Amino acid sequence: MQALTDRSKMVDRKPMTFVERLYLWNIIKGMRITFAHLFRKKVTVKFPEQKRAFSPVFRGLHILNRDEEGRERCTACGLCAVSCPAEAITMEGAERKPGEEHLYREEKYAAKYEINMLRCIFCGFCEEACPKDAIYLTETFAPANYKREGFIYGKDDLLIPDPKTGK
Amino acid sequence: MGIQQILFLVLAVISVITALGVVLSKSPVSSVLCLILTFFTIAGHYILLNAQFLAVVHIIVYAGAIMVLFLFVIMFMNLNTEGEPHKRNWLKYAGAISGGALLVVLVAAIHDTTMPNLQAVPTDVGLIENLGKILFSTYVAPFEISSILFLSAMVGAVVVGKK
Amino acid sequence: MIMQIAFDYIFLIDKIVLIACVLALSLLVAMYSTWGERKVAGWIQDRYGPNRAGPLGLLQPLADGGKLFFKEEIIPANSNRFLFILGPSLAMLVACMTSAVIPWGDILEIGGRKISLQIAEVNIGVLYIFGVVSLGVYGIMLGGWASNNKFSLLAAVRGASQIISYELAMGLSLIALVMLSGSLNLKDIVEQQRHGLWNICYQPLGFLIFLVCAFAECTRTPFDLTEADSELNGGYHLEYSSMKLGFYLFAEYINMFISSALMASLYFGGYSFPGMDSLGLSTNVVTMLGFGALFIKIIAFLFLFMWVRWTIPRFRYDQLMKLGWNMLIPLALFNMLITGGLILWQQGH
Repeated sequence: MQALTDRSKMVDRKPMTFVERLYLWNIIKGMRITFAHLFRKKVTVKFPEQKRAFSPVFRGLHILNRDEEGRERCTACGLCAVSCPAEAITMEGAERKPGEEHLYREEKYAAKYEINMLRCIFCGFCEEACPKDAIYLTETFAPANYKREGFIYGKDDLLIPDPKTGK
Repeated sequence: MGIQQILFLVLAVISVITALGVVLSKSPVSSVLCLILTFFTIAGHYILLNAQFLAVVHIIVYAGAIMVLFLFVIMFMNLNTEGEPHKRNWLKYAGAISGGALLVVLVAAIHDTTMPNLQAVPTDVGLIENLGKILFSTYVAPFEISSILFLSAMVGAVVVGKK
Repeated sequence: MIMQIAFDYIFLIDKIVLIACVLALSLLVAMYSTWGERKVAGWIQDRYGPNRAGPLGLLQPLADGGKLFFKEEIIPANSNRFLFILGPSLAMLVACMTSAVIPWGDILEIGGRKISLQIAEVNIGVLYIFGVVSLGVYGIMLGGWASNNKFSLLAAVRGASQIISYELAMGLSLIALVMLSGSLNLKDIVEQQRHGLWNICYQPLGFLIFLVCAFAECTRTPFDLTEADSELNGGYHLEYSSMKLGFYLFAEYINMFISSALMASLYFGGYSFPGMDSLGLSTNVVTMLGFGALFIKIIAFLFLFMWVRWTIPRFRYDQLMKLGWNMLIPLALFNMLITGGLILWQQGH
């Protein structure tokens, strides 16, 4: 019969030799392997002191971006919410009033913008869908919380500080 | 009263109480546990008689092996009071009569015996070396025959297991 | 007469101090065996093992003990309360009793008096150990039965038949050793090895059988069918919580410690070490060195127990019985026959 892959191996059904039937020799072989493992390099990462480096494509917690003058880039177009496979993003749009030009870049902005971190699967589709470069995934993850409400991140959690005022 | 007599009295009282416990206790498991305690006190008597070997073998064989098997069997039987089958009346009478007959025989036997006047002589027969010497000189034939019996039982167990 | 009584009191105090020391030592070693077990498990699996509580995780046993003490005591509603408590107590008591006949060292001289580092120098030491070990099964059986749980009961029954079966092979393997040494006193056996070769040279097969049986008697992996987490959910101590569970776990480690000491004494020279008598040091120093040697041997055996546990998978129950009855007992009988024949041959020459 033709083997399907080159990795398949016939099961050895030969009767056991005397040494194998003694069982003792096989135990010693096994013990030698485990003994060698005593001196192997440990794979554990001692977490709080040592942190594993993130991979370059790591996708973590979201941020909402501002432009160079500190104005919010998001226009509440809803493309991120539409593209989100986990339906984690909700938002409410609002119209910019006169005198708020230093706060919002365009005439429409997100009055409310929430991401449910328990639903989010960190796929990064929102980042790709955004036409305004407003949402990005960073290299941190959502910290633990005692309540489910704590995982619903609002605008004040997501917005990065103003580059001019630092707030 | 020397320390030996005090020890003997304590052991004797405990062994009588636990032996009564074997007969009188309702639950079979506590019966077995009482019997184990009785064996321990009897082993204590052996030690008082300077027969340490007998004492230890008594504990190994009776308390360590035979009673474990007893307990083993009793644990598997569901011996609740509700599940107990109704005993027939004639069985009770038969038990009482045979037990009473045994009691009469025992009382008669004890009544007729005369206790030989024992002296407190220190003996070393129960020590393992002396016991071994006696077993292999005076009683060598019965000892060897019983050992062959044991060996054949053991071989039999292995043969049954091999099947 | 007064002198006699005064002497007896000092003797009694000696023994009480010695018993306290040995008990404290067994408990300490058992405590740190739990730590060692987890460390060895970690290392074998390329991990670090406990390393948070104190340097190298050395305070881990204290943390575990503290946790066990403060956990809730649960006694199942339909269990037999008296037997339920008796089970772990008995397991612990029996585990602690075995250490009485093991010679922990030679003789210490304090103030002109000679103190033997053996609690009870009886001429039936080996048999005493057998007696006590055969009682160890009651802790498992009573606890398992009193829990009123089918898994516990199964474990109890397994434990009972396993321990009884392996006791036979253990006894038979020891008979060959006793035939060689001509004594049942452990101190005599050690002293003979001090002035000659260790018994392992004469009894390699006997030692192997004894070792396998020791694993089975301590219900350690690969023979831990009484616990068998994957099929019996933890076995006989399934219903136990708090310090009663702690007692069961502790008793297992004390049993390991004592059987290590026993194997070291019977087959590896006990407290003697090569060149012991030609050092030219005072008796006390040599005795302490001897105790150190015994301790090193014990730790080596404890490591072996752990090493095997993290290497070999558990036996199936029929395999266990087959190994005990069909392999070890005939082998032990064969070993006995060979030893007897050789002794006769040597006496003939």
